[in-house]
Amino acid sequence: MASVTFENVTKRFDDVVAVDALDLAVDDGEFMVLLGPSGCGKTTALRMIAGLEGITDGKLLIGDQVVNDVDPARRDVSMVFQSYALYPHMTVQRNIESPLLVRRYHADGPDQPARKLSRTERGERVEEAARVLGLDGLLKRKPAALSGGQRQRVALARAFVGRPKAFLMDEPLSNLDAKLRAQTRLELVDLHRRIETTVVYVTHDQVEAMTMAHRIAILSAGRLQQVGTPQEVYEAPANLFVAQFIGTPPMNTLNGTFTTEGGPAVVVGESRFPVPADLKTRLDEGQAVIVGARPEHLDVSEDGTIAHDVRAVEWLGHECLVFGSVESSPVVVRQVGMAPLAAGGTIRLAVDPANVHLFDLETTARLG
Amino acid sequence: MSTAARLLRRRDRPRYSAKETGIALLLLAPSIAVFVAFFYRPFLNLLNWGTFESRANGAFFEDVGLRQYREQLTSDDFREGLWHSVQFVLYTVPAGLVLGILLAVAAHRRLRGIKAFQAIFSSTLASSVAVTSVIFFYLLNPVVGIFQVDWLTNPDWAMFAVSLSSIWQNMGLSFIIVLAGLQNVPDEVVEAATLDGYGPVRRLLRITLPLISPVLLFLLVVLVIFGLQAFAQVDILTGGGPAGATETLVFKINRLVRPDNIGIGAVYSVGLFFVTLVVTAAQFVILERRVHYAR
Repeated sequence: MASVTFENVTKRFDDVVAVDALDLAVDDGEFMVLLGPSGCGKTTALRMIAGLEGITDGKLLIGDQVVNDVDPARRDVSMVFQSYALYPHMTVQRNIESPLLVRRYHADGPDQPARKLSRTERGERVEEAARVLGLDGLLKRKPAALSGGQRQRVALARAFVGRPKAFLMDEPLSNLDAKLRAQTRLELVDLHRRIETTVVYVTHDQVEAMTMAHRIAILSAGRLQQVGTPQEVYEAPANLFVAQFIGTPPMNTLNGTFTTEGGPAVVVGESRFPVPADLKTRLDEGQAVIVGARPEHLDVSEDGTIAHDVRAVEWLGHECLVFGSVESSPVVVRQVGMAPLAAGGTIRLAVDPANVHLFDLETTARLG
Repeated sequence: MSTAARLLRRRDRPRYSAKETGIALLLLAPSIAVFVAFFYRPFLNLLNWGTFESRANGAFFEDVGLRQYREQLTSDDFREGLWHSVQFVLYTVPAGLVLGILLAVAAHRRLRGIKAFQAIFSSTLASSVAVTSVIFFYLLNPVVGIFQVDWLTNPDWAMFAVSLSSIWQNMGLSFIIVLAGLQNVPDEVVEAATLDGYGPVRRLLRITLPLISPVLLFLLVVLVIFGLQAFAQVDILTGGGPAGATETLVFKINRLVRPDNIGIGAVYSVGLFFVTLVVTAAQFVILERRVHYAR
């Protein structure tokens, strides 16, 4: 087990900057998710930890050791690939055993020199890994004879059989169907609790990030946008990008102006979004801002201050989504249960000032 | 399951209606006609010729049944030709294959200008056997050659010298086919092996080559057949000499196919056909179990 630290790490491919001056400290034993849309640099960052990509600039540390120039095989990290990357010509047994064949391990305690494992020791470890991941009975099969979920487990078993310092995962669930994905998420969390190894997990799926991560690092265009617990990034997104990336449906955002007339609020046309009183000291009267509110924080209410033109209603059973617009900007409202709303009308919405987010119009950074 | 085993499982075959069978035969008719005209009928003729023995220097032929087959296929001359052919295969196939693999592995990377090297390495395939042979003739010529060695005129070295040009050519073919195979090996699998601690050699032997084993089997079979059929190299470089040291089976057949002993030529040809058939079948049977077909 070890921490993983990026110190001002940059990766350039010719003229393209894939990762731009990344500073990120993954704690020992932490489950860190790198989240972002495709092309944001998250996979490149992961591959730099593995040593599969070189580092253009900056320092990368595993534990206390700078590993910029350390061979991938000597970094003692393992990786689960999106395609699982099993060896198709080997049995499950041989696949899982593979990292134990070549690497040396401190099998006699941390003070003793590292050595290769004996056949018996390898067998024991493979059996243990297979048991933990429910693969007993499949050890003699080849990957082609396994289901997608089973292959994924083999990849996990191979990754943790050598008890590496860090586990790297590159979208390991994206090839599973929705049901299996939900189940595997829970199993991964379980597995992590049991082995307590540092995990760096890459995904573009915010649900995976929110459900599994201790902390989430959100990247966009090679730049780190925010690092925080799932709750932090959800409740206090650092900028407009994070606000819109986390949450389904995404946060509603509108252009408005700040005013203190009739209490602190952001005015969008005829509608008013009340904001916390303490913002008065930080914003100027009439300042243009971006105001945001999550769909679940907007309530249908007779005396609401926001006028919403309903375009369509989607009933999902336990909730419904009301699509429409406020001053011609699209706004979605999430209501618990089956609200008796019809398309074509206008409804009034209320929002708790504590749940209103403000962002700077220029920098898109969070104002409050 | 191997191809052979699949074919043997008759009950798995779908049943066709009479109409479907009729259409199938109609569609196959052109190729069947071509095969009958240019392969099956000549082959039957050849089998037949082998039963006729030349009399009075080919003035007339006598039907001697299988006696000529028995005598000629066990003759010292046939065995010598077969041994030379086998020698040629042993010299040219492994070396051409290994060199091709090494070049392909070297050229399988993303580098600026690598296409130029890929073109150069595959160019040996684009040169005809005749051109290649002439080049090696001048390289190895004892008088005007660049290396000025006596290999082509030394009975102990002649077969090796003839083989050099074929090794050079086989290398190009192996290179192209192995390179194409390597490009189908998923990068992630090789990267996984890197993280598992495999060094470059172990990655090649344990991961990459097994993954392209179907391609390697194909190459092996094709190169062995090429080797058994090689003629122009021998004809141009040594003319079968010195002292018959490079007379392969095909070379002997070419010498024998004259009106006066066409019967013996036919016997040798049939012999070569069955040798090729057995060797090829043996490669499939022995090696196919070890070949991994990706699914």
